[in-house]
Amino acid sequence: MNAVRNTLRRAAIPTLAVITALLVGAIVIILTDFESLSKIGQDPVRALLSVDNVDGKTIFGGAIGGVINAYSALLTGAFGDPERFKAALASGTPKDWATALRPITETLVAAMPYIFCGLAVAISFRAGMFNIGGNGQVLLGALAATMVVIGLNGKVPSPVLLVLGILGGAAAGGFWGFIPGFLKARTGAHEVITTIMMNYIAALVVFFSLQGTNNWLRNPGSTSPISRPMGPMTDVPNILDLPNTRLDYGFVVAILMAVAVSWLLFRTTKGFELRASGFAPFAARYAGMSAGGSMMLAMALSGGLAGMAGAFIVIGTVGQLSLDIHGNVGFNAIALALLAGLRPSGVVMAALLFGALTNGGKLMGVQSGIPFDLLSFIMALVIMFVAAPGLIRGIWRIRQPRAVGPVTAPPASPPAATPPPAAPPTEPAAAS
Amino acid sequence: MRLELRDITKRFPGVLANDRISIQADRGKVLGMLGENGAGKTTLMNILSGLYKPDSGQILIDGEEKVFADPVGAIRAGVGMVHQHFMLVPVFDVVEAVALGAETVKNAIGTFDRAAARKRIVELSEQYGLDVDPDAKIESLPVGVRQRVEIIKALYRHSDILVLDEPSAVLTPLETEELFGIIRSLAAAGTTVIFITHKLNEVLEVADDIVVLRRGRVAGTADPKTATRQQLANLMVGRDVELIVPKGPAKPKDVVLHIENAFVRDDRLEMAVKGVDLDVRAGEIVVIAGVQGNGQTELVEAITGLRSLDSGVMTIAGHHTEKSSPRQVSDLGVAHIPEDRGRDGLINYMTIAENYILDSYHKQPYSKNGIFNLKAVRERAAQGVKDFDIRTPSIDTYAGALSGGNQQKVVVAREFSVPVLLCVAAQPTRGLDVGSIEYIHRRLVEQRDAGAAILIVSTELDEVLAVGDRIAVMFDGKISGILDGDDATYENLGLLMGGASFGGGVAA
Repeated sequence: MNAVRNTLRRAAIPTLAVITALLVGAIVIILTDFESLSKIGQDPVRALLSVDNVDGKTIFGGAIGGVINAYSALLTGAFGDPERFKAALASGTPKDWATALRPITETLVAAMPYIFCGLAVAISFRAGMFNIGGNGQVLLGALAATMVVIGLNGKVPSPVLLVLGILGGAAAGGFWGFIPGFLKARTGAHEVITTIMMNYIAALVVFFSLQGTNNWLRNPGSTSPISRPMGPMTDVPNILDLPNTRLDYGFVVAILMAVAVSWLLFRTTKGFELRASGFAPFAARYAGMSAGGSMMLAMALSGGLAGMAGAFIVIGTVGQLSLDIHGNVGFNAIALALLAGLRPSGVVMAALLFGALTNGGKLMGVQSGIPFDLLSFIMALVIMFVAAPGLIRGIWRIRQPRAVGPVTAPPASPPAATPPPAAPPTEPAAAS
Repeated sequence: MRLELRDITKRFPGVLANDRISIQADRGKVLGMLGENGAGKTTLMNILSGLYKPDSGQILIDGEEKVFADPVGAIRAGVGMVHQHFMLVPVFDVVEAVALGAETVKNAIGTFDRAAARKRIVELSEQYGLDVDPDAKIESLPVGVRQRVEIIKALYRHSDILVLDEPSAVLTPLETEELFGIIRSLAAAGTTVIFITHKLNEVLEVADDIVVLRRGRVAGTADPKTATRQQLANLMVGRDVELIVPKGPAKPKDVVLHIENAFVRDDRLEMAVKGVDLDVRAGEIVVIAGVQGNGQTELVEAITGLRSLDSGVMTIAGHHTEKSSPRQVSDLGVAHIPEDRGRDGLINYMTIAENYILDSYHKQPYSKNGIFNLKAVRERAAQGVKDFDIRTPSIDTYAGALSGGNQQKVVVAREFSVPVLLCVAAQPTRGLDVGSIEYIHRRLVEQRDAGAAILIVSTELDEVLAVGDRIAVMFDGKISGILDGDDATYENLGLLMGGASFGGGVAA
């Protein structure tokens, strides 16, 4: 019972942050509806009262209607159209089912890399390391997976090829993450700088490996630097046997990884060491833990998860390596992990939200003409509100919980030279 | 000026911090205000200095009611605060730091009249015996002198009522004596002084009147001429406490910790421990007394494996530990109560259960093959909370949400949850109230009687005298003398702490 209440309490701020962000987004939609605005400006009374629209609404109502249209398109795009579900139920043909289910499967497809990378960021932050190198680790994981699949094509059976490709991607990403961890542990080089720099290196490595005319990776039929398509060689099997759906077992692996990360962090001594070193490096040292070991392990695991995301994107979702295959998921995952309070279960929820917004935003753009940028704006607002819980509490008049930890975990350690200040408790007067 | 507080009440969500508190302080008198942590002293002083507004009640100065909208209002009314944590700009010199916010200007542009400010500061320091170089940089001054600068700062603003919040917490015994001299001369010149502390000796020594707060209320008043420490302690805690935990004579057995000619460097690689010889035997409590910063911290870190010996010999129960890691030392059966529990001893953002296993999480029954047995962790932690009387809503509460005394109990409970061969306790009661101090001392004596070797580092002479079977005084990285607990007095300890040597000391 207590567990349920605690979960609800933890979810309260992020949920209200999302609602608030959507409300602010609605205001922005109205404020950028210049046609209605100019009419309201010319004659406010008429705009409020008289009906001179074709659809029988006042101009003011029309502006609000714009918001409703946009958000319902967002929902339909993310989760599907009820009419299509009815049609599918009636006819029962795979084609109709595919049409009805495609929005929600695409949402899950979009969420998959967010889950992997959100977990990657969460695990590194928990250990006090800022892994900003998600993009590079995704790219390198994708490159390794591509090389394995194309290089071993025909030499091993397809399922083996698939598994080797995924593992290769995870290993490459893990290695790419391990390097900054190693540098920090051994020399104190700050991981924010090294991971950012290694993003550039990774991008250029991928660029280089797709150069040249006689390149075994490169798609011979293309002028741009992309790899041969992997589709004919191997593919991650789809969960649903429906035409034109892309949702594959990569999503299931992502969920399993969330469970695994949760188990690692909270049920194993290694996870305890990671968290202790992240929260309080001095106390960890006092307790006999090796801070350097935790840094390297956390960064390797973090990179491995990101690399696995890259492998699943390139083998499963896209089927072809290109320079922009990471889709900036490594950076977006930082915000996502903070929204999730660095909890694996929260990462899954936040990734579904990001997936729904990303995917639904496309239909919203098509149907209502509202640019996709509004979605980036809403996502940014969500993050901002989560980062400022006091603001959300103020807006929604909820009281600060007593003697409960922060909504998001405390920030990971700043540069090595300055240990993080002991974070004060939210309510010091709890017990005396 | 005469200060009177009438029925001051201040409520915070869930806490009645001040409950109808009435006190009076007369002109030229020193009012000692005693109280444990959380008794409401700080809230009351924040009301007096204009930081908080009381929910009800009155502040009267010379019989006239005052309402302070903000701290500036309080300063205008003549109330000056000297906070426990100094509010001085480190890179300023004394003149600038004192004048900041109350600068005298000498022309229309508003140029700072440094000469005038300096003149007044020199006058004030001469008048009250506050020996300060007005041109010295704040950051170059020792703590005791910084405190004098704070007092000058208050006087510079024409404060007739001076509030000192735990002023001796950061001072050496000698500096404290000097501070008392200053307080007396201030009072003699007509300043009303309110002296907040939880140290019993100090109020008895310097106060003219004593008021004791407990749980937000005035628990009683006392006359320092007739009151005893015991009476004051009982008033503070609300029950009979033992200021000196009863203990039988030590029965020392084998040497557990052996240190021979040890040299240890500090973080700046300067030699901090310069040739220490010390033996601690099973069944005795050895206290290292001394003013902070004479190498005690580095010595403790060297013993517990957080620092390596530069040279010398160190053995624990016969094992050489000169280069051992913290875990190797801990595995020998060494409990370590660290000096800075907020930094080293506890993780504020972890639960009590997690903190309880902080240095034994990798052992059975807490975990096996790297996987936790959460049931065992919770059971043991719950038992520890019960055994050590840790006041907490649950074992899932974050350690940072506990009071200082309860936090320290978590550390002690953890360290004593496994058999202890040697216990190294650095400042084990720093910042704790009388009740918690009694409790911690009791536990240390218990461990001694159970056969553990106990090494305590303390700067508090009361503590040193209360628990030490043998007392080693550390000065400038060396042991300047070792006394038997029965022979030690404030006087001979004070001399040794100041650097006097007893002809090479009595080797243990």
